[in-house]
Amino acid sequence: MISIFGIPSQALFGQLLIGLINGSFYALLSLGLAVIFGMLNIINFTHGAQYMMGAFVAYLVLQYLGLNYWVALLIAPILVGLTGVIIERLFLKRLYQLDHLYGLLLTFGLALIIQGVFRNYYGSSGLPYQVPELLRGGQNLGFMFLPNYRAWVIFFSLVVCLGTWFVIERTRLGAYLRAATENPTLVRAFGINVPRMITLTYGFGVGLAAIAGVMAAPIYNVSPLMGEDIIIVVFAVVVIGGMGSIMGAIVTGFALGLIEGLTKVFFPEASNTVIFVIMAIVLLIRPAGLFGRAT
Amino acid sequence: MERVVDPLETAARTRGVRSEAIAFVAMLVLLVLAPTVAYPVFLMKALCFALFACAFNLLIGYVGLLSFGHALYFGWAGYVSAHLAKIGKLTLPYWGGGWHWFVIPLPPLSPELAVLGGTVTAAVLGLIAGALAIRRQGIYFAMITLALAQMMFFFAVQAPFTGGEDGIQAVPRGHLFGLIDLSNQTTLYYVVLVLFLACFLLIYRIIHSPFGEVLKAIRENEPRAISLGYKTDRYKLMAFVLSAALAGAAGATKAIVFQLASLTDVHWTMSGEVVLMTLVGGLGTVFGPVLGAFVIVSMENYLAEFGQWITVIQGVIFVACVLLFRRGIIGEIANALRVRL
Repeated sequence: MISIFGIPSQALFGQLLIGLINGSFYALLSLGLAVIFGMLNIINFTHGAQYMMGAFVAYLVLQYLGLNYWVALLIAPILVGLTGVIIERLFLKRLYQLDHLYGLLLTFGLALIIQGVFRNYYGSSGLPYQVPELLRGGQNLGFMFLPNYRAWVIFFSLVVCLGTWFVIERTRLGAYLRAATENPTLVRAFGINVPRMITLTYGFGVGLAAIAGVMAAPIYNVSPLMGEDIIIVVFAVVVIGGMGSIMGAIVTGFALGLIEGLTKVFFPEASNTVIFVIMAIVLLIRPAGLFGRAT
Repeated sequence: MERVVDPLETAARTRGVRSEAIAFVAMLVLLVLAPTVAYPVFLMKALCFALFACAFNLLIGYVGLLSFGHALYFGWAGYVSAHLAKIGKLTLPYWGGGWHWFVIPLPPLSPELAVLGGTVTAAVLGLIAGALAIRRQGIYFAMITLALAQMMFFFAVQAPFTGGEDGIQAVPRGHLFGLIDLSNQTTLYYVVLVLFLACFLLIYRIIHSPFGEVLKAIRENEPRAISLGYKTDRYKLMAFVLSAALAGAAGATKAIVFQLASLTDVHWTMSGEVVLMTLVGGLGTVFGPVLGAFVIVSMENYLAEFGQWITVIQGVIFVACVLLFRRGIIGEIANALRVRL
């Protein structure tokens, strides 16, 4: 048995792995928040509820249609993204002329509705979701045991995050998107349908949350309240990273997950609060956030 | 320089004061007579929330700062006041080459001192959280206040003195100033009413003072206020501390009235609830938060049989308020009558 700083390597790396897993969810969720904020100027409080909906889609299609994890991973973001499109068309588009805080209040109300409805039908205890057959078991790396599913979560969220980064920063579509973030009126004058782009952006950001939800389903149970607390942590992540940069959101998400994992090993009492403490320190040293521009 | 008085403005101001005075007298009469028709416990709950909402409104309505973490001050003041009233003895950790406990051997305090202790605690917490949160603007401010409140929620879950899931139960109501027995519901109601009215008038005074005018200037156009030479950060922080302290007074009183301080009051749902009350009543109106609190508390009381659906109903009200009537009930009335309320 190898030990590091008096802590057996199995425990240390195990916690670091859990930290990375949480970090991938933070990254996916804060990425979605940043993308939505960039286009809509709205902080999407419903994001946690939409993450939960993603997990529920996976659970429900398995339960009632017998569709497995892989299909769920494909259709959950589409379905939840569609509900996002409806929300944007019905509600959010009426708020763009108003103060930011109305967007926050409206999406908060929507989160209460969605979480409340799910809780009424499925209770607040979690429903189990099996790890897909292909990814059961794990690898013994010598210093730790790596479950296949967890490796997959980290790998796939990295792929999704970097894919999103690539689309936004390196393609023509992304260039339109960034241009519309800077100056929507001018981009419209060039004949680009900005309102539709805004709608699709919201759907896409919400879809990212749903992907995170599907991936979380086999690790945590599927529960109506699973998005409730994580969204507040993700808000702190977003404050730390600043929403100006896509890569910033990704890096901050993974890094904070890791730090949280480390805290669980060395000072477990603080593991719930460490991200908030880091937020306070960052506010003192770099008020604009690590990757943010001064506002 | 001689001050130029605009006759129109003076007239508007007099009318504003008159409508507010009429509304205040109406509220006073209703609240004094209320125990004859409604249960004092229900009324006291509504009054505590009304004060909480007024304190919250001081920030959002008059400085334009949305704090999504006001449960922090409400709940923690409740814990401190419950602890002071029930146990009294304070044990504070301090660092001196290792952690030690510094013990202040206080006896259980009378309710007014317990509430005062809770209020002061909330003010100190507000000073710390406010100083951090005002470093960022707009939407970030809301997220920071929410995150700090969540941090203190986890702290409340873990700290031994809060009693974790059980909370601090069986808090004695005691004797006010050592004289007036508060175990009588009606007596307690009028004590809470006096406290509420005092805080309400204090808030009214604050928003109509020169200090309050600067706050409104910051709400309307912060860069302009800065260019006029105001240190807006100091004003924002002061407003934050006042708001936190008043929210603390509400939470501390609630703990004494219900003889209980629990996790419910520090949870973020409580922060959401106070936003809802203020929004329903009318952001930036003097009487809106009071009415909003009564509406939401009665709704929760009468719809208790719907159980979990209350959350959904609250969500629907949120959405409806934001989309359909952003002025809130009092705001709409004031707008229709062209008066200030």
